Amino acid sequence: MDIQLTDEQELLKSSVQRLLKDKYSFETRRKIVASEEGWSRDHWKAFADMGLLAAPMGEEFGGLGAGPVATMIVMREFGRHLVVEPFFETVVLAAGIIETEGDEGQKQEYLAQIASGDAVWALAWAERKSRYELHDVETTARREGDEFVLDGTKIAVVGAPWADKLIISARTSGVRRDRSGTSLFIVDRQAANLHVRSFKTLDGRRAAEINLKGVRVPISDMLGKAGQGSRILETCRDRAIGALCSEAVGAMTELNASTLEYSKNRKQFGVALGSFQVLQHRMVDMFVALEESISLCQHLTLSLASPDGASKLASGTKTKVLYAARFIGEQAIQLHGGMGMSDELDVGHYFKRIGAIDIAFGDSAFHLRRYARAA
Amino acid sequence: MELELSNEDAAFRDEVRAFIAGNYPSEMRVPNSETDLSKEQSLLWHKLLHKKGWVAPLWPKEYGGPGWSLTQRFIWERETTRAGTLPPLAFSVTMVGPVIYTFGTAAQKEKFLPRILSGEDWWCQGYSEPGAGSDLASVRTKAVRDGAHYVVNGHKTWTTLAQHADWIFCLVRTDPSAKAQAGISFLLIDMKTPGVTVRPIITIDGSHEVNDVFLENVRVPVENLVGEENKGWTYAKFLLGNERTSMAGIGRSTRYLERLKSIVKSEIDEEDPAAAQFELDIARVELDLLALEATELRIVSQMSRGIEPGAAASLFKIRGTEIFQRIANLTHAAIGNDGLALREQPASPNRFMPGPDYGHTATEKFLNSRKLSIYGGSNEIQRNIIAKAVLGL
Repeated sequence: MDIQLTDEQELLKSSVQRLLKDKYSFETRRKIVASEEGWSRDHWKAFADMGLLAAPMGEEFGGLGAGPVATMIVMREFGRHLVVEPFFETVVLAAGIIETEGDEGQKQEYLAQIASGDAVWALAWAERKSRYELHDVETTARREGDEFVLDGTKIAVVGAPWADKLIISARTSGVRRDRSGTSLFIVDRQAANLHVRSFKTLDGRRAAEINLKGVRVPISDMLGKAGQGSRILETCRDRAIGALCSEAVGAMTELNASTLEYSKNRKQFGVALGSFQVLQHRMVDMFVALEESISLCQHLTLSLASPDGASKLASGTKTKVLYAARFIGEQAIQLHGGMGMSDELDVGHYFKRIGAIDIAFGDSAFHLRRYARAA
Repeated sequence: MELELSNEDAAFRDEVRAFIAGNYPSEMRVPNSETDLSKEQSLLWHKLLHKKGWVAPLWPKEYGGPGWSLTQRFIWERETTRAGTLPPLAFSVTMVGPVIYTFGTAAQKEKFLPRILSGEDWWCQGYSEPGAGSDLASVRTKAVRDGAHYVVNGHKTWTTLAQHADWIFCLVRTDPSAKAQAGISFLLIDMKTPGVTVRPIITIDGSHEVNDVFLENVRVPVENLVGEENKGWTYAKFLLGNERTSMAGIGRSTRYLERLKSIVKSEIDEEDPAAAQFELDIARVELDLLALEATELRIVSQMSRGIEPGAAASLFKIRGTEIFQRIANLTHAAIGNDGLALREQPASPNRFMPGPDYGHTATEKFLNSRKLSIYGGSNEIQRNIIAKAVLGL
């Protein structure tokens, strides 16, 4: 049950750790976030050179073949450093779907571009009325000869403003809430009649609302089988949750460590804050919450690799880990006192990232209901 | 969630399951096994396990343990708790036994260990006192040396099942001038010795589980001292560590959670908004349990690789007891108006209880489970332990 890393995976972990320690200080990150694009192409190139962008892929595409375990390793370290580059969107989401659902041509072309750092991707599934339901799709894809014509609006597309390619879900048959009848399409972000309205997210990233007004897509750019979009996205969501929860674990690890250190150094009433029992017990509860999150995350990661899938467990893990992460985030701010509110300190930035992770692919309340209803 | 078992371990698990199914005494299947069994009934399973050689999984082979691996012990714990069997006498087998074989003399080992295994001796624990609860080191019961005896005077309390006990292991103060933990000794006292009196304490659930034990000029032979005089605190702490490792109670909570689900299904219409509320409340506690189970499995696999578990025992105690209390609360809430009824003690099937059988012990379990976060080192004490040992505060 405890994931024992292979030598190769250990190497991946220590390489990521070293790279981030050398090149991803909190000050560096602050500059990256403040830049126009909000992420760093230099760092992206460094990730590619190191093989990170292929790590979760199969060996035939230059990866380690360790799938979810590799993702877990990378995302945990990214969580510790609040990395903003679109690894999750490009590698975990897009490459994940392409590798499992794409045809040979798509795999050869796109996975290589992703691995080399030459293409950045984003996934557009949410809509104004869908909240967190993957199959609730009003956007339509109408067949016209050798093309599909897409009309509709996608929201909350993280990473879209600077993405090269988008994966867009649209309805090829049925009506709004039908479970089947949606399909996925690969669309160039600069395609004609596709309008991107950018905004900044609470955790310093760039996202967009996308209007599709008759965007023409060749049928060869359909990704996966027609009508199977929701099913494909569900499996993608399970993997996404594994990645996001690992990232949250990384963030929680740092929050607990800095809160503990602060409580040992900060003096009030002539003594260290950490000498007060009420704060000690709070930090013990933060410790316990983190331990339980690590355990569940590992359990999910191992189950993702199994052929049976792990959809119920994924919802359960998202719920439990994000409750834990929110608790730790709130308490980390509380125990840092006024300093916890300061933008200068990293604590609030971890808290904001956790807030964004909670929303991504459905918040803890949504997944609690889904877990409760699942057989 | 399952550990990945080797063929050998899987065969062992099947053997354990078959043994439980074929041998667990039907007269021990009562509504509440903690309160409804006579002394003789409580010992039936203990004696069967002794015959089989399985009564003391933690003990080394040379003292009568089965020589199981860590994984086998884990399987045993899981299968027995899932099946809801009453564990062998815990104060004898899990607590005093290991103290005796670790710190006792050859004569003590020879005298006590076989009788612990066979169930001939029933042990109880003389730790807490009216003035020494969480602050256990402030025990005041005195033992004064008089020739070949100690003369013991004091008052022990919360003594579980002392009404059945043949022996009591006691923390006593042998050096009144020493402070706190120093000056305490670990003494074995025969309950039949003149001057030992047991008085029942009835708890809020109406049951008689715990007692006051009064010790008045009780003469205890010096050969009943365990280890060195004034070093008793070391042995006491060793014992408490053993006590807490089994407190995650995953199997038991899993069983009660499944029961809760079926009670909710019978009690509440699907259209009732309460059903949706229970659905979410149950999902939350189920996830807490799943996370604790994943943590237990993670730590078991670390331990089998030789990694020390650290303060894991305290984590298990805190979360395991919180989870069980939550399940007990929800079960009591699930039976609605029938939750007003509390079985009278001693329990009898001839007394009327309203509502379906499954609800008859819900109220007493709900009340009784409040003890879990208090005993064995209160959950606040466990948090102190983690704060010190893990966080370095």
